[in-house]
Amino acid sequence: MIERRPLLSLITHGTLVLGAAIFAFPIWLAFVASTHTGREVNRGLSLLPGDRMWENYATVLGDGLSTAGAPPIGLMLFNSTVMALAIALGKIAISLLSTFAIVYFRFPFRVLAFWTIFITLMLPVEVRILPTFEVVADLGLLNSYAGLSIPLIASATATFLFRQFFMTVPDELAEAARIDGAGPMRFFRDILLPLSRTNLAALFVILFIYGWNQYLWPLLVTTDEGYYTVVMGIQRMANSGDQLPQWHLIMATAILAMLPPVAVIVAMQRLFVKGLVETEK
Amino acid sequence: MRTKNVTFKSPWLPYLLVAPQLLITAVFFLWPASQAIYQSVLRQDAFGLRTEFVGLANFRRLFADPLYFDAFVTTVVFSALVTGISMLAALVLAIMADRVLRGALAYRTLLIWPYAVAPAVAGVLWWFLFNPTIGLVAYALDVLGYEWNHFVDGTDAMALIVIAAAWRQVSYNFLFFLAGLQAIPRSLIEAAAIDGAGPLRRFLTIQLPLLSPTVFFLMVVNVVYAFFETFGIVHATTRGGPGNDTVILVYKVWRDAFEGLNLGASAAQSVVLMVIVIALTAIQFRFIERRVEY
Repeated sequence: MIERRPLLSLITHGTLVLGAAIFAFPIWLAFVASTHTGREVNRGLSLLPGDRMWENYATVLGDGLSTAGAPPIGLMLFNSTVMALAIALGKIAISLLSTFAIVYFRFPFRVLAFWTIFITLMLPVEVRILPTFEVVADLGLLNSYAGLSIPLIASATATFLFRQFFMTVPDELAEAARIDGAGPMRFFRDILLPLSRTNLAALFVILFIYGWNQYLWPLLVTTDEGYYTVVMGIQRMANSGDQLPQWHLIMATAILAMLPPVAVIVAMQRLFVKGLVETEK
Repeated sequence: MRTKNVTFKSPWLPYLLVAPQLLITAVFFLWPASQAIYQSVLRQDAFGLRTEFVGLANFRRLFADPLYFDAFVTTVVFSALVTGISMLAALVLAIMADRVLRGALAYRTLLIWPYAVAPAVAGVLWWFLFNPTIGLVAYALDVLGYEWNHFVDGTDAMALIVIAAAWRQVSYNFLFFLAGLQAIPRSLIEAAAIDGAGPLRRFLTIQLPLLSPTVFFLMVVNVVYAFFETFGIVHATTRGGPGNDTVILVYKVWRDAFEGLNLGASAAQSVVLMVIVIALTAIQFRFIERRVEY
């Protein structure tokens, strides 16, 4: 702030508090709904939590919504975790290796390899739904963790970010390693990898959230309820056909579905901001 | 393209290193994309027994289809609203947060977490709040004299998915605006203040022009988000209804392929979407190049 303007400061804080309140409002009501009985929620309108929190959360975690044909949320949360971790770690691993090759070696077709990877940035799953589904079906990967994660782990974003970072690593390091007789993989493991630690962590935060929040892909490749992810499974409850939706349980599920990624963002805020602002540039 | 000046030598190692990435790219990206293009010029009979080459007939039919045109208009309106609302709200919040000296980090924490909420989950939350019988917001609107019902009123349904999509995106835009604002040298603003420019004047003549690259960048990113990443919101809530009032392009591709089982039409739509993505990405890259010079 440049000059003292008490009124403007008041407006500033007022707007920010109001903004934060509007952001939190749906979550608060979802939480409130998840702590009442179904009948209380359907009667409507409560702004304070009820006393049914443990029962409701125990129900969705353990039993699921049998009426909506959904499996226990505990299982779905596990599936989401597996998928998000596999996607985040897989993307980082294969991008690190391929970028290392592209930056530190000169070989025929190097430029072609880079552009082939880069094209993937242009084609989100949404625009090539059916053919990708057919490939996965032909490979027998429907209803499997491999089918949920492998098709999504090619990453132009990570490759791009690592390339930018590797280009800033001083050449002297590679030279010194070579003079000391270290081979390329030794250099990669002992020097490049430790240097990339912060970038790896920042990217991991972004990619974990990306993987956790996938919706269309799990919807396509899973028909077996045992492989449902929680973000995708929640729509099965909200659209339960003729029956009145069991809002108290749906909202408990929604809270559980958003808890892990929100916790990751809040706990690793600095890394998240760094990862987001740098990958998008 | 540059490499390092110091490179390693090996006849086979680099190929081994790029192999996993290239293999996945080829199998799950390039092959399906080429299949989409190939299928878009074929027509299958009802039993999937015979396919024939029909040239551009699928595209001609697509562009003549009033439903497709409607979906296109719906998508454009939806994207414009989501982009406009989320950017404006984010800009206001970012300007305010930029003014705050103490507690800035706390405000940032309070404002960024909705980004972590999946679009589909955001959709379900607002679906609940606006539920005509038990939703609190619908009740409040009722008290104010507006009868909200997204099950029968297309405009209400559209407003619902716009709010759900924008709510989550404000966080994202906020972070970029805040980063942009904080990159503006303080001395510029102080100099203007000494010359007697008030906060509004300073914003309009200094901060906004310097922020224009960020504005442009976010516009492209938000349009891409609204076009391609909002499938979950529509699918988890309105399912395109009432009628076809909230059918966006991505939803239509999915529905024609998996519920209508119309391969040729779906493939043609995929190709149109690919062209849109490539155009948007190209715009984005041109912009990045320009910013580097700048």
